Amino acid sequence: MDVKGLKEYLSWLYYQYLLVTCSYVLEPWEQSIFNTVLFTVVTMVVYTAYVFIPIHTRLALEFFSGLFGGQHESTVAFMS
Amino acid sequence: MATTADLVSNGNIHRHNQNIDTFKSDAYVRSGFNSHCNKHNGKANGGLDKRPFKESFDQAPLYVAVLTYVGFGVVTLFGYFRDFLRACGLEKCYLAQEREEQKDFVPLYQDFENFYTRNLYMRVRDNWNRPICSLPGPQFDLVERVSDDYNWTFRNTGKIIKNVINMGSYNYLGFAENNASFLTTVEDTTRQYGVGVCSTRQEMGNLDIHNELEDLVAKFLGVEDSMTFGMGFATNSMNIPALVGKGCLILSDELNHTSLVLGARLSGSTIRVFKHNNLQSLEKLLRDAIVHGQPRTHRPWKKILILVEGIYSMEGSVVRLPEIVALKKKYKAYLYLDEAHSIGAVGQTGRGVTEYFGLDPSDVDVMMGTFTKSFGAAGGYIAGKKELVDFLRTHSHSSVYATSMSPPVAKQILRVLKCIMGQDGTTVGIQRVRQLTENVRYFRQRLQEMGFIIYGNEDSPVVPLLLYMPGKVGAFAREMLKKNIGVVVVGFPATPITESRARFCLSAAHTRGMLDKVLNTLDDLGDCLSLKYSRHKRSIQDRTLRRNSVLNH
Repeated sequence: MDVKGLKEYLSWLYYQYLLVTCSYVLEPWEQSIFNTVLFTVVTMVVYTAYVFIPIHTRLALEFFSGLFGGQHESTVAFMS
Repeated sequence: MATTADLVSNGNIHRHNQNIDTFKSDAYVRSGFNSHCNKHNGKANGGLDKRPFKESFDQAPLYVAVLTYVGFGVVTLFGYFRDFLRACGLEKCYLAQEREEQKDFVPLYQDFENFYTRNLYMRVRDNWNRPICSLPGPQFDLVERVSDDYNWTFRNTGKIIKNVINMGSYNYLGFAENNASFLTTVEDTTRQYGVGVCSTRQEMGNLDIHNELEDLVAKFLGVEDSMTFGMGFATNSMNIPALVGKGCLILSDELNHTSLVLGARLSGSTIRVFKHNNLQSLEKLLRDAIVHGQPRTHRPWKKILILVEGIYSMEGSVVRLPEIVALKKKYKAYLYLDEAHSIGAVGQTGRGVTEYFGLDPSDVDVMMGTFTKSFGAAGGYIAGKKELVDFLRTHSHSSVYATSMSPPVAKQILRVLKCIMGQDGTTVGIQRVRQLTENVRYFRQRLQEMGFIIYGNEDSPVVPLLLYMPGKVGAFAREMLKKNIGVVVVGFPATPITESRARFCLSAAHTRGMLDKVLNTLDDLGDCLSLKYSRHKRSIQDRTLRRNSVLNH
């Protein structure tokens, strides 16, 4: 494992993040506040996605399959 | 039909000319403009279709614009937060504020207008106003300064950073030099005349050296007469009001310099702005002006003056002079050409954009330029017909009220002009012009190959390199200084908000070694800061090695 290379790559990635979000110009305590807020928001988004998206997709699939499946059954009953 | 002698004397053998030779029949019809020029000038000069005019203003990918706005948004939010802390009193405010008793009065300090200065500019302020303690030649010395409180105050450490490569000074031909053997005439002039003039041009400040300078400038440009002034900015802002007034129309390019804008506003004429280098926009404005006349009365305009610059210093673009001259002749308008950056820097013998396009200098009604850039001095000139210059001698605010040019400065300009024209017996001048052209081509070509977005014309010595994001602006300037290269970075409000850039000004005094050092550093820095946004990259390099090498300092 090239640990040193990985660490350098990660520090380069962090540098890019600082430049792109313009936290490079902020003072260290402001950077901490910004990182904390951003990290909290991202964590909450990930948590919400993890908890709720499977449930919502399952319910949506059931709803739509019930709609079309129920229609199919009624037309079959009509034909026969 | 152009003969081979004419083709050779032109110097720019364009493919179009070679095609003419293959059509040996007389039935080949040449465009009216070219045959007219052949009749009057006697040689094949650059027509509208002969000079390859290559300008590029690439657009960055969309994510770059989005991220730029994100960056500005973050800084604005933190700006509001810090302002709140300052207003609460939780943080000390270093800027001027009113006293407690005056808080209910009309506000003295516009809080919102200074918001950007307080909250973004102050954070990266150490990249501007760096004190220089040597000649601004191709290399210079900087005073090292540090800040303990995030750029609100600076202190000098006492050390001097030596031999920083200068990529920001307008030293196009390298005449900002302090070699004693070149400056003997300037030294003699200082001994004879002193340094101060102590009077205005119309009173006691008209020295014989000024008359000599004006004759030489007129000869250099190929016009009848010229007049020089002590300050380049004042040349524009004080002479445009003398030329136009109420009842006249000024058509000014979108990106004109502040001196032109100030002169236009001071004159009291109506100002209409056309899109940058866009001739359809200019023609539309001209037609409207002639058809409708003045706003309420519909009387014809007394004068229509078109204000353009030779090279625009923020974009690096060159004015489309042949088309503008054609338009001006068609609609009978006057042309004012500000060659601040292009005199000495473009053209085969350094005579500016008129020579670059192969036009007759008498086509431009008012030729203006400055001596600050290519001549290594200070001041400006206005040249043209003798009636125009005689009028300015009596009516210009500069000649009546401003101190005339200092004698050593005038002598420096005389020496440089003689050098460029070859009158001092050497070929140093023309060599420098050629060296500048070569440096420009090499630098621009290498930067485009590396994949940076560069604005402007291929031949312009001003090279803006786009950085876009506000965080990268500060980082770029600081990293370049660590590598001993001094650059100028520009952001909002001098440029549009999404297009911050670093501006390189090339010089004939830069050696190939210096340019290579700068280019290699730019290559590494481009990978480290990921600045290579161009979609037309020609070579794919291995980036992992370079990115890590820059972080290790």
